[in-house]
Amino acid sequence: MSSIPDNLKYTASHEWIRIEGDTAVVGITDHAQAELTDIVYVELPEVGRTLAVGEGCGVVESVKTASDLYAPIAGEITEINSALEDAPEQVNESPYDEGWFFKLKLSGEPDLSGALDAAGYASQIGES
Amino acid sequence: MVDPRRTALYETHQALGASCIDFGGWEMPVQYSGIVDEHRAVREACGLFDISHMGELMVGGARAAEFLDHALTNTASKLDVGDAQYSLMCNDRGGVLDDLYVYRIAKEVYLLVVNASRIAEDLAELQRLVAEFESTRTVNVVDESDNLSAVAVQGPHVNRFVSQLFTMSGLIAVERPTALEKNQIDAFIFEGKDVYVSRTGYTGQDGFELIAPNEIITILWERLMELGSDHGIKPAGLGARDTLRMEMGYPLYGHELSEGVSPLEAGLGFFVDMEKSFRGRGELGFQKKEGVTRRNMAFAMTAKSPPPREGYTVWIGDEEIGVVTSGTQSPSLQTGIGMAYINQPHAKRGTEIEIEIRGRRFPAELRKKPLYQKT
Repeated sequence: MSSIPDNLKYTASHEWIRIEGDTAVVGITDHAQAELTDIVYVELPEVGRTLAVGEGCGVVESVKTASDLYAPIAGEITEINSALEDAPEQVNESPYDEGWFFKLKLSGEPDLSGALDAAGYASQIGES
Repeated sequence: MVDPRRTALYETHQALGASCIDFGGWEMPVQYSGIVDEHRAVREACGLFDISHMGELMVGGARAAEFLDHALTNTASKLDVGDAQYSLMCNDRGGVLDDLYVYRIAKEVYLLVVNASRIAEDLAELQRLVAEFESTRTVNVVDESDNLSAVAVQGPHVNRFVSQLFTMSGLIAVERPTALEKNQIDAFIFEGKDVYVSRTGYTGQDGFELIAPNEIITILWERLMELGSDHGIKPAGLGARDTLRMEMGYPLYGHELSEGVSPLEAGLGFFVDMEKSFRGRGELGFQKKEGVTRRNMAFAMTAKSPPPREGYTVWIGDEEIGVVTSGTQSPSLQTGIGMAYINQPHAKRGTEIEIEIRGRRFPAELRKKPLYQKT
C-alpha cells in the first residue's frame, strides 16, 4: 500500500497538491514514484510561467520511461525545487516532502473541483 | 487485439509482486524490486530472469549442418557437439530477419533460440528454405516453443551454486554446469526431465541459460532462488535485462535490428562468414566491398542530460547524422547511454555528437562497445 496523506488533494494523473495560503505546492504521489521507480531526471517549468489546469509543464524520467507532468491547478510558477536537478532520487525517497516539484501562486480561491481527496485517489489506484 | 500470452512462471511473478508489460505479445515482468536494484544484483551478485517467451526451434537431419550454413550468416557446421554460436538469418537483400543462438546438441540436431516476436516468421522462413534446399526433406524444423520454458541466471556469484541443481553429470560431455566453457551447452537431468544448460547470456556477466519443459520450470525457478539465497540472488525483469544489454552494446531485434538493416550496418560482421554461400550473401558481399553507409555505434552522454531514448535525432553541427535505436540512464555508469545508427563518415569512436531531446541538444560521444567494462 502506498502512502496517501489525508491533507492533500490528488489528480487522476498522480500529482498531489498542498494549499498553503495563496500558494499551491505540487509533486507526484508515492504510488506514481513507486510505479516509475528509479527517477533519474526531472524537467520542471520556468519560474514566472502561467499554467492552466491540465497543461503539460514538465517531464519525469525514470530508467525505463519518460512521463509527462500536468498542472493540477492554475497559477503562476513562483518557485521550483532545483535540488531535484542533482538529486532526482528525492522524488522516490520523499515524494510528499523533499521531492516536491514546484509552487504556484493562485489567482484567487483555489479551484479544486476537479481534484480528488485521499479516499478518491486511493479508489482511483485500486487501494481503497 | 489478442490477449498477451503468459509464461508458465506467470503466477510466480505475481506472487513476487512483479509489474508486467506486454513484450512481443507476452505479458512479462518488467521489474520486481526496481530496475536499478535488479541491474546491480546482476552486476554484483546474481539475477534470475524468466526468458520463456523466447522461441526454441529444433533443426535436425543428416544435412542439418549444411542447411543451417545455407540459411544463417555464421557457420553452424563448424560447431562441435555441445558448442554454440551467435548467428543471424537474413533476407535476400541482406536485411536481418532475426538474430539467434545456435546450439549443436547432437551431431545431427541443432537447437535455435530465437526472439519471441519472430518465432512464426523464423519457422515459416526456415521451412520455406528447407523446401528450396532439398527435395527429399531430410531436414526437419520443429517448433518446440510451446513445450519449453527458459530462465537465465546471471552474475558473478552464479557459479557458486548453479551446479547444485543436478546430481548427475551432463549427457553430452561435462560433469557439471560450471565445467562448461563460455558458449557451451550440455543436458542435465532435473526432476526426471532433460534440462539444457548453456553458459550464455545477454547481460555481460558470467551466467547460464536453462531450457526446460514447461511442467518443471516453476520448481527449477524456486530451486534456483533457494540455492542463490545466500549469494544475493534477486528475480530480475525485462527492464534490467534491457539496461544490462545496452551497457554491453548488445542489439535487440526491433531496435538495432530489423529487415531494413544488415548485420554489417549493425556492427555484427564478426558473425557473418563471407567464406561460404548463404542467403543474403550477395548483398552483404557488395556492402563489405563498398563499405556501409551507416553503422550502429554506442554512445555516452558527456554532460548532464535527460536519458537518451529511441527515436531521438543525432546531430553534428547543422547536419542530422543519425538516429538513436536504444537509450537509457546507465545504472553502472551513472550517465545516459545508448546506441544509434550513424551515417558515414561519422561512425568513428571518439566523434563528438549531439542528441536532440525535446527540442534541446545535449553533448555525447561515440564510444567503443561494450560501454561497461568489468572491473
